[in-house]
Amino acid sequence: MSNDPVVYPYIPNSVPEIKARMLAEIGAGSIEELYAEIPTHLRFKGPLNLPEPILDEASIKRHVEQLLRKNRNCSEYLSFLGAGCAQHYVPAVCDEINNRAEFLTAYVGESYADHGKWQAFFEYASLMGDLLEMDVLSCPLYDGPQAAATSLRMASRISGRPRILLPRSMGEETLSVIRNYLKGGRDSALEVGLIELDPATGLVDVRDLRSKLSDRTAAVAIENPGYLGVIETRAEEIGRMVKAHGAELVVYTDPISLGVMAPPANYGATFACGDFHSLGMHLLCGGGQGGFIATHDDMRYVAEFKDLMFGLTETVREGEYGFGEVLFERTSYGSREKGKEYTGTTTGLWAITAGVYLALMGPRGMQELGQVIMQRSQYAAKRIAGIQGVKVLFPTPFFKEFVVSFGDTGQSVEQVNKSLLEHRILGGRDLSGEFPELGQSALYCVTEIMTKEDIDRLVTALEAVAGQG
Amino acid sequence: MGRNQSTLLRKFHQARWDEEIICEMSVPGERGILVPRVEREIEAEIGDGVSRIPANLRREKPAALPEVSQVRTLRHFLRLSQETMGADMTVDASEGTCTMKYSPKVHEQLVGNPGLRDIHPLQDEDTMQGILEVYYRLEEFLKEISGLDHFSFQPGGGAQGVYANACMVRAWHEARGDEKRSEIITTLFSHPCDAASPATAGYKVITLMPDESGYPDLEAMMAALSERTAGIFITNPEDTGIYNPRIDEFVKAAHRVGALCAYDQANANGILGITRAKEAGFDLCHFNIHKTFSSPHACMGHSTGAVGVVGKLGRFLPVPRVTLDGSGYHLEYDRPDSIGRVRCFFGNAPTILRAYAWIMQHGADGLREVAECSVLNNNYLLKKLSEIPGVVIQYAQGKRRLEQVRYSWDKLKQDTGVGTEDVMRRMADFGLQHYWMSHPPWIVPEPFTLEPCESYSKDDLDEYIAVLRQISREAYQDPEFVKNAPHNSVVHKVPSPGIDEPERIAVTWRQYQRKKRTATADPKA
Repeated sequence: MSNDPVVYPYIPNSVPEIKARMLAEIGAGSIEELYAEIPTHLRFKGPLNLPEPILDEASIKRHVEQLLRKNRNCSEYLSFLGAGCAQHYVPAVCDEINNRAEFLTAYVGESYADHGKWQAFFEYASLMGDLLEMDVLSCPLYDGPQAAATSLRMASRISGRPRILLPRSMGEETLSVIRNYLKGGRDSALEVGLIELDPATGLVDVRDLRSKLSDRTAAVAIENPGYLGVIETRAEEIGRMVKAHGAELVVYTDPISLGVMAPPANYGATFACGDFHSLGMHLLCGGGQGGFIATHDDMRYVAEFKDLMFGLTETVREGEYGFGEVLFERTSYGSREKGKEYTGTTTGLWAITAGVYLALMGPRGMQELGQVIMQRSQYAAKRIAGIQGVKVLFPTPFFKEFVVSFGDTGQSVEQVNKSLLEHRILGGRDLSGEFPELGQSALYCVTEIMTKEDIDRLVTALEAVAGQG
Repeated sequence: MGRNQSTLLRKFHQARWDEEIICEMSVPGERGILVPRVEREIEAEIGDGVSRIPANLRREKPAALPEVSQVRTLRHFLRLSQETMGADMTVDASEGTCTMKYSPKVHEQLVGNPGLRDIHPLQDEDTMQGILEVYYRLEEFLKEISGLDHFSFQPGGGAQGVYANACMVRAWHEARGDEKRSEIITTLFSHPCDAASPATAGYKVITLMPDESGYPDLEAMMAALSERTAGIFITNPEDTGIYNPRIDEFVKAAHRVGALCAYDQANANGILGITRAKEAGFDLCHFNIHKTFSSPHACMGHSTGAVGVVGKLGRFLPVPRVTLDGSGYHLEYDRPDSIGRVRCFFGNAPTILRAYAWIMQHGADGLREVAECSVLNNNYLLKKLSEIPGVVIQYAQGKRRLEQVRYSWDKLKQDTGVGTEDVMRRMADFGLQHYWMSHPPWIVPEPFTLEPCESYSKDDLDEYIAVLRQISREAYQDPEFVKNAPHNSVVHKVPSPGIDEPERIAVTWRQYQRKKRTATADPKA
């Protein structure tokens, strides 16, 4: 082993001779001189206590791969987990595009050198707009829950009203993010009311909603499909009711359902929002999420978006497309604390990917996809419901998720899921903590990637597991 | 012939495909991909599946998405990628404050490993021991690098990290029953999110202007501090690259009135292993993991704003927390004082994995080398740019800057009429990314902010300098030519008149089409 200083491949100027030459050029005797502005008492004394580095590429790859091997993953296991992050098929072209170094490593460049990025963002917004039948989307948000929270804050700013109604059936994950964001309203925290869950159907209790709606209600949020998988069958009626009270209807939706389900705008949504993870992103342990908000073309709404918007225009050459920032002053980049909430680096690459996904799918792809998901998930629910001691709760139509109760098996969901692991199956999301009133229930998710064979394998395993109780 | 070795300038032209919008490429009937077909047995048993949807909630009219074959879709987006100047393609010393460092390609292979790519965030923790270990170990690293006691990686970006910190400041005062704390103080040369994120958490924001030498004004802060102050949110070095040597006095003054101090460490690249949040007395900090610890910036995300706190604030961190005991790694949710969640699940695992690998590849000596080379590069660039006609270096005369500098073309503008936006556009003609100017307000006139981090070689910087010198020369000789730039980029100058006017705003194709139709029908509209 030599004692020569390490030359780091990622730090070209770590070559000692070059460093010396640059120091000479700037008239400094040592690197230390460049830090003259940091007083001694603020200096960190001594080396950082970090592990010995793994300097070569082959060894770091091996090291990290060994760590990752400790995980069980959803390609070796059959997974029925959803709850905001479902395993859909990711078209190869989506990966090809988001792995392109040009997109992967670009950042905030202007619309000349980065024209392609601006166009890709515009196309993301355009195709989402086509799917949602709404005209206005901004650059993406961090995730679905944050998009819902911002929609609700926008609604409150527009209406000047303080109260928000959310469905009790909303997942804890989403609810927790929303509650956090609503604490910081402009003058004071927004009030949050929960609309009861109809235990027979899993839907919003419309009577309860009616009793809670008032002229203080800024917005009512519903999910369609809901967190518990069900299709909000009375959405149109809810839309009318909300409108009659002059409140905004915020619909949280899974965009992959919209090939077969009506866009929320059709039943009165003034905001459609959600997470576009399902449109071409891998699971990535939750790293593939991205939020969207869509509204109609009405300046009262447009002016309240908090994130950048890229508008299509022309360059000085007639007929040549160019892009520019729209209403930049809205954003905190333009107006600091006077902007609409805060904006920042969110999920641009995933938005581009969602655009690629929708372009590939086209109208027929989205329609067929929605249909096969519904067929396979209904088949799974039907087979599971036939297992002794296992029930599918709620007779309500659902899209890709449904609630399975294990109460009569004498086992907890936790026990069932542990047993399923031995069958190399990841069982549904345990709901017993979030919804104690549903007993020992789990949320099962079935997507287009589950074949009949996969579903039958789950059923066989569940039969074996349920029989153990 | 390669690049001209005496001028270091390239005869460059970026890809210009004159590419239509994907919505214009639709050919009815074409398909980009086919989806799985349902098995006959399922169809026989279940039927069409979609009839279960109540009629009024069924989609009657298919979405008006374009119909484009796969090869044409691929080609279209590849062309758009070629029309994008990723940092891998160029010397991206341009995007100051953004730390456009090289992100090792091996990390992308690791992110594509099924052991990360195909992990569901709600899996049983026994099946996620590997990734939880990565989270845990990275937290240990950041504790050492900052000197603070606990970290969460849940926030999905720097601004969201600052927001989480503002929520923790709020929770701290609430827990003490101190309801008067309604104000946050920040400085103008701290990132806009240091003002906007606390405002989103409900705070009134007081912004301190720099003093004549460009430093945050301690006296102004003393005057602003009161029993209403909940916290200060401050960057150091600031976006000017100037390190505030009295930072600990700011912190002490804030502590004296009972406020907490949050350190925005977006600009940490030049001080890794040199100075830390702890030594300056901060209670909270955040790192932009994707900047300082290397993750590709991904056209503005995904990313991570790691938030760190001192011991007394640990109970307020977002849930879940990654913990370790004798039986392994756990996700701990039951933390009653937690601010809850600012993002779903537990953060952007790809960013965390890359940062872990990157720190493991550098170790203590390597991190220091990163800091030193970034500061060396910056001072080299500063020296050379100060010799270019038209460039002004404002503030902190005779002082060294750390990892970046906010420059000014004020003199160039006065001499030639060519301003910083013109130069910025012209850079694209030489194969460089447009530089970052500055967030408004432009206290530094005609600003541009450069951060030549450790990833760039001396030769890279020499080329960069040569380009700016060339543009300065052009401005003095033929200002109109620069003002009409770019000439060799993807598209030409976008004057964008009326882009904010309601009748012209077009952020989606359907909106654009509708407004174009309206304008054609009524030319006066």
